[in-house]
Amino acid sequence: MSEKTQATRRVLAEYTYEAPPVERGYTGQTLYVNLSDNTISAKPVTDVMKEKFIGGRGFGLWLLWHGVKDDTKWNDPENEIVISSGPIGGITQYPGSGKSLVVTISPLTDIVIDSNVGGHFGPLLKFAGWDGIEIQGKAEEEVIVVIDGVSGRVTIEEAPDAPVDTHLLGHWLIEQLAEKKEDRYFMSTVSAGSGAEHTRIGCLNFSLYDRKRKAPRFKQAGRGGIGTVFRDKRIKALVVRSGPVRGDSNHPADPERIARVGTRLHKEIHDYDDEQNRMRKRGTPYLVQIMDDYDLLPVHNFKFGSHSDTPKINGDVWEARFTQGLPDGCWYGCTMACSHAVDAYTVRTGPYKGQKVIVDGPEYETIAGVGSNCGIFNPDDILEINFYCDTYGIDTISFGTLTAFVMECYEAGILDKEKTGGLELTFGNGEAAIELLHQMGRGEGFGKIAGQGIRRMKEYFVSEYGADPQFLQDIGMEAKGLEYSEYVCKESLAQQGGYGLTNKGPQHDEAWLIFMDQVSNLLPTFEDKAEALHYFPMFRTWFGLVGHCKLPWNDIVPPDNRYTDEPAKIPEHVQNYVELFSAVTGREITKEDLIAQSEAVYNFQRVFNLRLGKGRREHDAIPYRSQGPVTVEEYESRAERYDQQLREILGLDPEGMSTQEKMAALRKYREEQYERLKDAVYERRGWTPDGVPKLETLKRLGIDFPEVVAVVQKHL
Amino acid sequence: MIRVNNRDEIEWEEGLTPAALLERMRYTFPHIIVTIDGEVVPPEEYATRPIPDGANVQLIHLIAGG
Repeated sequence: MSEKTQATRRVLAEYTYEAPPVERGYTGQTLYVNLSDNTISAKPVTDVMKEKFIGGRGFGLWLLWHGVKDDTKWNDPENEIVISSGPIGGITQYPGSGKSLVVTISPLTDIVIDSNVGGHFGPLLKFAGWDGIEIQGKAEEEVIVVIDGVSGRVTIEEAPDAPVDTHLLGHWLIEQLAEKKEDRYFMSTVSAGSGAEHTRIGCLNFSLYDRKRKAPRFKQAGRGGIGTVFRDKRIKALVVRSGPVRGDSNHPADPERIARVGTRLHKEIHDYDDEQNRMRKRGTPYLVQIMDDYDLLPVHNFKFGSHSDTPKINGDVWEARFTQGLPDGCWYGCTMACSHAVDAYTVRTGPYKGQKVIVDGPEYETIAGVGSNCGIFNPDDILEINFYCDTYGIDTISFGTLTAFVMECYEAGILDKEKTGGLELTFGNGEAAIELLHQMGRGEGFGKIAGQGIRRMKEYFVSEYGADPQFLQDIGMEAKGLEYSEYVCKESLAQQGGYGLTNKGPQHDEAWLIFMDQVSNLLPTFEDKAEALHYFPMFRTWFGLVGHCKLPWNDIVPPDNRYTDEPAKIPEHVQNYVELFSAVTGREITKEDLIAQSEAVYNFQRVFNLRLGKGRREHDAIPYRSQGPVTVEEYESRAERYDQQLREILGLDPEGMSTQEKMAALRKYREEQYERLKDAVYERRGWTPDGVPKLETLKRLGIDFPEVVAVVQKHL
Repeated sequence: MIRVNNRDEIEWEEGLTPAALLERMRYTFPHIIVTIDGEVVPPEEYATRPIPDGANVQLIHLIAGG
């Protein structure tokens, strides 16, 4: 490291090591850092960890389980942040192979949150000698943790000059820590920002160095307030440096097999992406118009599913704004390359007004969350919010969903200018939303209240403003304490379960079943829905165990997929994953093994929730806004649809019924359906009617460890 | 009349094709598999393959979501 670096940093603790070679996707050790007593050590990766927990989220859950107590809260020192990629993470021959998984106890949900993220940190951490990093304790002063795999040195350091907000800090760290130009290519940082320390919706930014733009870029581990935990531990940044990444850095058992599978997918992307989703040119924003077309795009706090102004923020708009012709992968070798950016955006508000910056994204979730859901259809407002959310370390999804909730409360008269400190938070007021965000960054005003998340705002509005608790429960789009991601699921019972029957809260990365259920009618029975709510959450959990991105699974589809028995599963790509895992680890698996691997980890996480006092049927409750129309305005906007359902499903004649009566009849039916869905899903997953994994399920999955059984037995 | 996705009764008209049906239903998702009475229709025939009156048509949408 450079003279300049040594002059501006004070080392509090140092640990030296010799990075072991990566063998078949694993280094065989994880890094433990305790910021309370400044200890640093290595822990072995055991056979149980590799066989039952695989890597990534699995390793995170296992290490966190052993690090915390039954009553640990998010801001207790023993809470941990664990980051791990997974055995496939770091290969460069198959698109989407560079993900990191982060777990901690969430300040929003008080249970475990897991969040996946691109960027280079997880794979470079492995190539620096570690399958994961486990951070416990709280520092007395602000620190950075530097893992230098080249020199074999881990340090905890005070860096008082380092800025906090990510877009500044990322540059600062490169300037300070990269000795040579080439060093920055194989460095990655993790940081949050000032908003993360003043709210419960903090995210983490994982960097990659963009060689073409000659600047760091950032991908977000957004969900659940992990950035808030990070700042509560007084961490400014984690930094990893490894030697150069090569095609065989992950030392797989059978590199030729990986190359064969990878070549096939690269060709599919090359040949078909332009006629399918255009991921290489517009990325996830392609979904905006499609969701609107199917009445699934959240508008005005999920009241509606479409809006006439959607063309102002759809994929065409973003394709024109994104800088084209640059390789926008967030890990080496990803030809899907969907990680787009708007370059040279001039910030127009706040502390960085006038700066020209790179805005990473916006992704679909951001556009739908801070855009349509808040009635904001101005692309520049969306970019401004996207930039500040990232640099402040705030999750765009939670920010969007909670701002939409605030706006509905404002329009319903629960809030007014006096209560918001002058902010006129009506739908469509982009300037007010931006100022709300700055208040979160400063920890001031109404932004500080809103930043606590919807669940705590509901309690506050009831106790302080006398708001109707039932109305707030109905319109507050959170479950388990986590804000919903950005899809309207009123007409898909399966997706209501896809959000509600999750381990961490309503994030669609477990299951997205709306088309299968609502549109294609492929899941007509409760058993069909339960099977889908078993298979897809288990399948998608697997990406987080191995370090893989979900997008290359189904955002490119082989042309002969239509002739397969189960086209929704994309069987050819499932087989690719079987091949990849077998080829990397040398452990031959089948597609059934893949599900079994996930099922063990998934059930372990459910038991973890039980251990922390949640994880039962009552905790799988969802707000009625996600199930049906809460207000007369909503019902009447889709009256033909709802009246038809009353006639055809309930045998009622809507003529002569008031809208309130029709809403009540529909609500009773839909809420009963959700409870029946819970019964079917719990049974399929091998759980009791209270949502507790049965002992026989734990035994079948091989996770009947004494401490796990002891937790479950309390609830049987 | 044709039946779509084992649920929706849709008025049939002479010359109805999968492409016209998708447009009428405003189904814009790029990954839609069309079957007519159980037979998969290749995409290159969406604009030309006639849908017979009384057909059972499936418009299968694959999974989306970020």
